[in-house]
Amino acid sequence: MIREITLGQYYKGNSFLHRLDPRTKVAGTVLYIISLFIGKSIAAYLLAGVFLAVMVKISTVPFSYMVRGLKAVFTILIFSVVLNMFFIPGEVIVDFGFCDISREGLQTAVFMAIRLVFLILGSSLMTLTTTPNQLTDGMEKLLKPLKKLKIPVHEISMMMAIALRFIPILTEELDKIMKAQMARGAEFDQGNLIQKVKSVVPILVPLFVSAVRRANDLAMAMESRCYHGGEGRTKMKPLIYEQRDYIAYAIVGIYLAVMIGMRVIR
Amino acid sequence: MSIVQIKDLVHRYFRKDDDGNVIETIEAIAGVNMEVEAGQFIAVLGHNGSGKSSLAKHINGLLQPAQGTVYVKGMRTDDESSIWDIRQNAGIVLQNPDNQIIGNIVEEDVAFGPENIGVPTEDIWRRVAESLEAVGMMAYRMSSPNHLSGGQKQRIAIAGILAMEPECIILDEPTAMLDPKGREDVIKTIHELNREKGITIILITHKMDEVIDADKVFVMDHGKVVMSGTPVEIFSQVETVKSYGLEVPHAASMAYELRKEGIPLPETIMTKEELVEALCQLN
Amino acid sequence: MSIKLENISYQYRDSSRRKALSNVSLEIKPGEFIGIVGHTGSGKSTLIQHLNGLLKPDEGKVLFDGSDIYQEGYSLKELRGKVGLSFQYPEHQLFEVTVFEDVCFGPKNLGLSQEEVKGRAREALQMVGMDEKYYEKSPFELSGGQKRRVAIAGILAMHPQYFILDEPTAGLDPIGRDKILELLKRLHENQGITIILVSHSMEEIANYVDRILVMDQGCLLYDDVPKEVFKHKEKLEEIGLAVPFYMYLMEDLRERGFFEEEVTAITLKEAEDQILKVLKRKQTL
Repeated sequence: MIREITLGQYYKGNSFLHRLDPRTKVAGTVLYIISLFIGKSIAAYLLAGVFLAVMVKISTVPFSYMVRGLKAVFTILIFSVVLNMFFIPGEVIVDFGFCDISREGLQTAVFMAIRLVFLILGSSLMTLTTTPNQLTDGMEKLLKPLKKLKIPVHEISMMMAIALRFIPILTEELDKIMKAQMARGAEFDQGNLIQKVKSVVPILVPLFVSAVRRANDLAMAMESRCYHGGEGRTKMKPLIYEQRDYIAYAIVGIYLAVMIGMRVIR
Repeated sequence: MSIVQIKDLVHRYFRKDDDGNVIETIEAIAGVNMEVEAGQFIAVLGHNGSGKSSLAKHINGLLQPAQGTVYVKGMRTDDESSIWDIRQNAGIVLQNPDNQIIGNIVEEDVAFGPENIGVPTEDIWRRVAESLEAVGMMAYRMSSPNHLSGGQKQRIAIAGILAMEPECIILDEPTAMLDPKGREDVIKTIHELNREKGITIILITHKMDEVIDADKVFVMDHGKVVMSGTPVEIFSQVETVKSYGLEVPHAASMAYELRKEGIPLPETIMTKEELVEALCQLN
Repeated sequence: MSIKLENISYQYRDSSRRKALSNVSLEIKPGEFIGIVGHTGSGKSTLIQHLNGLLKPDEGKVLFDGSDIYQEGYSLKELRGKVGLSFQYPEHQLFEVTVFEDVCFGPKNLGLSQEEVKGRAREALQMVGMDEKYYEKSPFELSGGQKRRVAIAGILAMHPQYFILDEPTAGLDPIGRDKILELLKRLHENQGITIILVSHSMEEIANYVDRILVMDQGCLLYDDVPKEVFKHKEKLEEIGLAVPFYMYLMEDLRERGFFEEEVTAITLKEAEDQILKVLKRKQTL
């Protein structure tokens, strides 16, 4: 089940979005998220939706593929929306006696749901069209000014890249460890809280031991491949803005301006 | 010219109790001398715990000698100023392919080494393409390593070393975690690199059939080199090889059993073809 | 008494939805020594996880001693005590502070008394040949071969009737490998435990098992005694497997006229006997 999550995964392709500079994509995504909080009218949501739909189309990532990976996230989303629906006071439309749903509650819940769905789809579109290494490269370069504040930007981005690489490996390993312990009669969903907490020890210890061993190996492999920090490193794919990046910035800019305009005029 | 030269190498590690006091000193390598000529295919054999893995790490400068010296292309591994030169010239491939792949995309992983040594961008692209071509993984250059088989991952790891354009590659039990198909592909690949690009190969293993074609074999036991010679010289001494916890290739062990029954077969038989030839001549 | 799979099908749960097993039926009887072979991704790991209820088939039935293991109220925990499974990497199951305590984990889960648990752990560690001086050591300090034997003891202490081992010799050197294989042979002969061994090595399989299951693309391709299975040399090579070295040797010798009639040998001993027979006949003539 864990392996189904596609958040943070890369979808191979060669679309306009795939070829954009990762900095453009990160900045574009941030601006898009901001726009979602600017828009308040139905027309604004419609525009945000159309914009997203066009981007998905351009990306060549199948929509069904995007959604499949987000199932787990959507469950959490629905839960929070339902909570919202019940707890916002206002004009009552459905009354269950012990609790009720108000018009305002329903409206807020629906808008919030749409906003969150757009937000998740938008950011997963970015991760799907950007390789994790490009993404971390982009972050590193965008955050470079922070280096003056003695923040180890290169190290942080390297750590992120490594984490992204090892998450699928460790989740698969977790699955194997659970099965190995179940074969020895372990049960993970039985008993009270204390027993449940105790029952994860046989999983966590092997997982931890393995992660440490892997980290050791990895450190050795990196050292033997002459890794010695960001100093004097060249790049296979250096980040250079091209014409398409300026076009993309312009498009996002126009979109954002329209969103602001709609908010102000109304 | 010898590319790797090991002189009286000693490596120790310590076992400590909970308070950090040393309770045991173990000599993983106890005085090893070894010389490797450029362009050779060398195999180092030994059972688990014989010290062969530690030896591999010394050649790459990942471990430092407690005593003795290791030279790579004339540079000492304990000289800090030449450590990156040594690592670039003598790359190492480890046992578990998962733990040595850093990039999330095959081509980005292969580029990691050249990026670290400051190779210009255009040159990186050329090196990545050439390395992937050399290990036969060009078709996967845009894939995620997670979707590859063990043997494919190991070939990517080799390409990653190759991209630093080393003169020597050390492989520390590269096939231990692979299935037969993966093993075959990896062994074939390193033989090709040796033959076609003249890269010196130092293969650490305990699998006999992987070393039949080596130029020279060293057998290690308890941290010492106990046998050295051509594969034929080593595997003709069946009893001695077995006493070090190793076995001989199938054909050699068959010939050995037949010799015990009084059949006059030469001691040089290594392969099935040689065995068939010798038996047919007897008949 | 048996483990029986009836028309089992199973799909991978990842996004590929590839068929891991399609319509597999087989029966494993007490006292057998079975080898399972197949290249990586052929479905053999998925298959063995159906034998003790770790994976639930999408279609088909799993019967243990005649009863469906997925019927209401059936205890899978008890089943896992009877059908032991040890995975490829012992590192995936060792977690306790000491070797002895780790071996206790299985029997403890079965709800046995403390005395019984300790008795079984001691007995299991003796069976796998772990000396008493290791009992209080950390399992993480052991060598690869020792870890594997402790992991096996951890299953043995549950007193399984059937014991499935997924590539127990992978990565071990010849000494470590032979120790494990001889141990399995002893368990089979002396304790009467049914052994199901997954392996990549055809020589290993040929030397020890009396029945082979060949998996290919999720299907059970062959299910027979080694001699019969190895007759399908071309097909086995086609699916990425090989036959034992000695079969190739016999074949070449026959081609060169060393043997006058068709001969088969799958182990060193058999091949040696056949060759000696020919050479001795020559001498007496």
